Amino acid sequence: MTAARTTSEVHFQIMWNRLVSVLEEQALTLVRTAFSTSVREAGDLSAGVFDRQGRMVAQAVTGTPGHVNTMAAAVPHFINDIGPERIYEGDVYLTNDPWKGTGHLHDITVTTPIFVNGEVIGFFACTAHVVDIGGRGYGPDAREIYEEGFRIPIMKWIEQGRLNSDLVNLIRNNVREEDQVLGDIHGLAACNETGRRRLLEMLGEFDMTDLDELADFIFDRTSKATMSALAPVQKGVYRNEMEVDGYNETITLAVELTVADDGMHADFTGTSPTSSYGINVPIVYAQAYFTYGMLVALAPELPNNYASLLPFTVSAPAGVILNGEDPDPVSVRHVIGHFVTDLCLGAIAQALPDIVPAEGAGALWNFQASARGADPTEMLPPVELLMFNSGGTGARPSLDGLTATAFPSGVMTMSAEATEQIGPIVIWRKEIRENSGGAGKYRGGLGQVIEIGPADGYQFEFSAMFDRVDNPARGRAGGENGAPGKVYLDDGSPFATKGKQTIPADRRLIMELPGGGGFGDPAERDPEATANDKAQGYVT
Amino acid sequence: MGTRIGADVGGTFTDIVIEMADGSFESTKVLTTHEGPEQGILEGISLVAAEHNVSMSDVEQIIHGTTLATNALIERRGAHTALVTTEGFRDVIETRTEGRFEQYDLNIVLPTPLIERKDRYVVPERINARGEVLIPFDEAAARAVIDQIADRGYEAVAVGFIHSYRNADHERRFRDLLVERLPDVGVSISSEVSPQMREFERFNTVCANAYVQPLMASYLLRLKAELKARGATCPLYLIHSGGGLVSVETAAAFPVRLIESGPAGGAIFAADLAARYGRKSVLSYDMGGTTAKIAIIEDYTPQTAKTFEVARTTRFKKGSGMPISIPVIEMIEIGAGGGSIASVDALGQIRIGPHSAGSEPGPAAYDLGGTEPTVTDANVELGRLHPSTFGAKDITLSPERAAAAIRSAVGEPLGMDDHLAAIGIAEVVDENMTNAARVHAVENGKDLHGFSMVAFGGGAPLHATRLMDKLGLDELFVPPGAGVGSAIGFLRAPFAYEAVKSFYTRTDQFDFVAVNQVLADLAIEAETFVRQGTDAELVVERQVSMRYKGQGWEIPVRLEAGAFDEFAADALAAVFTKAYEEFFGRAIDDLAIEAVSWSVRVASVQVQPQTLELIEPGKTISTTVRRPMFDPVSGTDVDAGVMHRDDMAPGDVTYGPGVIVESQTTTVLASHHQAVMQTDGTLLITRTKLIPQTNRDDA
Repeated sequence: MTAARTTSEVHFQIMWNRLVSVLEEQALTLVRTAFSTSVREAGDLSAGVFDRQGRMVAQAVTGTPGHVNTMAAAVPHFINDIGPERIYEGDVYLTNDPWKGTGHLHDITVTTPIFVNGEVIGFFACTAHVVDIGGRGYGPDAREIYEEGFRIPIMKWIEQGRLNSDLVNLIRNNVREEDQVLGDIHGLAACNETGRRRLLEMLGEFDMTDLDELADFIFDRTSKATMSALAPVQKGVYRNEMEVDGYNETITLAVELTVADDGMHADFTGTSPTSSYGINVPIVYAQAYFTYGMLVALAPELPNNYASLLPFTVSAPAGVILNGEDPDPVSVRHVIGHFVTDLCLGAIAQALPDIVPAEGAGALWNFQASARGADPTEMLPPVELLMFNSGGTGARPSLDGLTATAFPSGVMTMSAEATEQIGPIVIWRKEIRENSGGAGKYRGGLGQVIEIGPADGYQFEFSAMFDRVDNPARGRAGGENGAPGKVYLDDGSPFATKGKQTIPADRRLIMELPGGGGFGDPAERDPEATANDKAQGYVT
Repeated sequence: MGTRIGADVGGTFTDIVIEMADGSFESTKVLTTHEGPEQGILEGISLVAAEHNVSMSDVEQIIHGTTLATNALIERRGAHTALVTTEGFRDVIETRTEGRFEQYDLNIVLPTPLIERKDRYVVPERINARGEVLIPFDEAAARAVIDQIADRGYEAVAVGFIHSYRNADHERRFRDLLVERLPDVGVSISSEVSPQMREFERFNTVCANAYVQPLMASYLLRLKAELKARGATCPLYLIHSGGGLVSVETAAAFPVRLIESGPAGGAIFAADLAARYGRKSVLSYDMGGTTAKIAIIEDYTPQTAKTFEVARTTRFKKGSGMPISIPVIEMIEIGAGGGSIASVDALGQIRIGPHSAGSEPGPAAYDLGGTEPTVTDANVELGRLHPSTFGAKDITLSPERAAAAIRSAVGEPLGMDDHLAAIGIAEVVDENMTNAARVHAVENGKDLHGFSMVAFGGGAPLHATRLMDKLGLDELFVPPGAGVGSAIGFLRAPFAYEAVKSFYTRTDQFDFVAVNQVLADLAIEAETFVRQGTDAELVVERQVSMRYKGQGWEIPVRLEAGAFDEFAADALAAVFTKAYEEFFGRAIDDLAIEAVSWSVRVASVQVQPQTLELIEPGKTISTTVRRPMFDPVSGTDVDAGVMHRDDMAPGDVTYGPGVIVESQTTTVLASHHQAVMQTDGTLLITRTKLIPQTNRDDA
């Protein structure tokens, strides 16, 4: 190895670090300024830098896996749809197309070309969930994408430094909370601009004029590491099926996972057909949660980039729920999409029995309601409320599951006090749900019990979307199932787990969130752990 | 001013600094005595006092900062503590944020709550977001809980009820009942310890306070008594995390405020230097054996925050520790110290830390049994540290051991020779610190352009010139006493107390009467604490944290003096808009603005330090003592001069490449740096020429 070659090795390592740091800064700024609850509490955003072919070189590590390779696949669409000959210095592009972006209209992806000496050397892209996108509002009730909101094909937000004021005007007239939405789009564009300037500084510091060599270095290193992480996995075909509640009928999710020398492929044949509600999943989103599951099990230290994502491919027949296509409604694609991780982990568990946990609660139990005055004559202003809540995760092969913790989503919950400051709501109870973790040598994570009611003369219009009520999280290796979820009103009257309903002014909604499955034979549980469960009241 | 003593008890060393009547400093370092930390302090004070003929009765003030409270939390060595909370909220400190701080770890272990579920009790009661009672306090149930507390022999009780920051009646009522029945049990209530909104943070803070309170109170009383027994007649004060002084009594009641007091001293040390040299924007950079800490200082005042995290369990990762909601000097801390261990990951990338070789076994070069390569070992291999000039007593550096450790853990896996591997280690750790500084600046809405750097701590002067170049800063100050900077900083701190309270209101429905009341109450609270320590003139600063409706993060907005009237909302909105623009580049039109938390800081007026003018470079000092050293500017080994700091007189200038050595640290100059000795013994380092930048038009 020559001196020059090895010095450049150190340089490349430094630049790789620097790139990730630049992206972290961008992501952080987005989180701080975002109006969307899911961005700031869940890190529902992404920021990445791409080479001139649109291959992702590096990405910020953010809260949710959902954007991981959805955004990674987006930039080639931008290059193609804008047309290489129409890409100018000072341009900024955007889209919210679910199939070219990140899976639903609420996510806006903004892409900015980077020019050096008049030539495109790469792109910055970032994505964030916005507060509103028009249409029916956020929820599963649309029957076609057209009802779900304003759809922006890949187009120019800024051309050669000039803002596209027609597009601004269109957005302003098609969404609720237009100041917040436009504020977030400007924020995304500013983010790319900061990244672009920092990248140019870095290139100057290291005496480079493009990203090509650095990208090759990163892809080469990542590819080798990914392959060596996959190498120990027994080659073969692994299958799994899982039933979840779905919107109005049980949904079967099926996967056939093929482990080959050069990667892993998930085929979703056998999965239930698409739904007439907005819970369909664009396949790129299913791919994101499949890839997340495999990386978290096999190669947790690997960065997300073109080379680490390349070996993970998916396919599905047309018309299944994990391959929602235009114009299927896809607004709340995360509800089913989040189960893809457990589905695929369940398949690979046959090859990795000491790594894969039992099934968990999976889907979030979000409380998303519109508070409306109970008495229309009082003219109380409507208030939108949103809380993220998580059940228990599956027990691990050598550890208990996590209590009231999101997986695979990276969501965090909001403070009850802060939520009550913002809207007419009282959270009467938010506590661990005893006895809800599946028994096992290692116990499933416990769910939680939440009791919520309207305050100050309001009632709630509530669009329920609760899963794992009919289909609990299954235990693994002899572990028992987690407790299924339950929903009802405090006077004992039933509450449907799906669909629009009203919570009257004087009632409280009680949600008992599902627990995670157990791992291993309960008889083998360490007696000390059993005693501690009793002492703490986790098991009564 | 008479003789004063600063005592900083850290995890490894206890630093003692004596400021003589003439303003000069003497210092010593002794090992921290973990069994009884007061023993180390007393030993250190006796040592340095005897050496410099200081009589204890001549000492006017002793100022103390300690990691004892922090360590008690990390090591879980606190009191047997119960938490009493609102029925329905027993598990707030256990379910935390419901998130995973590490997304890519199936075997993640979340931090165990400070108080286990079996020690958490509930009382029926409920107050709403406006402070109104929804469910009255159930006195019979409270008495039943107190019976259980008595039966189970708890030493301390934390009380945290929902929305108590808004209405503390129920918490106070519970405390009264408890004190009446169990007068010897320590009790902390969240509305006093930390009246800030967000139950997880507030409950955790009150738990932490109750948990360490018995331990800290008894320690402080012992220390006070021992000092008296040794003839000290002067008062003892404690430095708190916000960088001010409080009385022993306040510290004993609110020991949670002592967390991170050591690092706070460091930031004050840097702020004092900033004031002396009239530098309004300063980056404070402190590097020790296990971590590096970076803080932003503007207008001679360190940035503060209202909440922070201690006892991180995993790689200093955000979310892996315990949130504490009290005013604190804000800094970013990363696992980059002299003892941080270098390794190679699955991608063939060099990684530094967070594991540290600590002081035992220490870096491989110490030859005390350490075999893993550390940052210090790389500095030895690169010629920046040398056996002939290494200051630490009892340690003879072994370049061979350093090279061998680097070779086996980094060089061989990457096919690099020892030297190149060491370059890689040094560059990666410098880059990590640079990135941390940048991210910290972004988090605070600052652009580091135009900042000056102040470097202290045993490790910082070795790396500071590289950081300065990487960050594009033009000035670096390396003050004397860099090894005991925190303890010196203690002596520069004002008496100060910041009182914080959440009170939610909006500019489009601004409740100015209530806000005036909140601010008045906070001012009285803060002044009461400060008056326990000083009769000096006081200065009052008021702040509010604000955001646009719909956002989740607030930014701090400074308030002008005076009460609010019915026209205040517009003015406040204008001030926020301006602050927001400074933070994020652009404001947003037409949105309501929310105010969340209000704070009042009362501090004694400090005697402004005498301003110093920079001295023009005078006599050039050169040296015949030379050794080879790696120079990152030219990328080659160069012939570097070895200067002794003590040999430089004010005005003397020396040019890189070279090192300036002293007993506690070594300052490294690359080939384009110059150092000018200032009148107060500070080294001012600048570049002799611009950083070479590629001119892309020529390329």
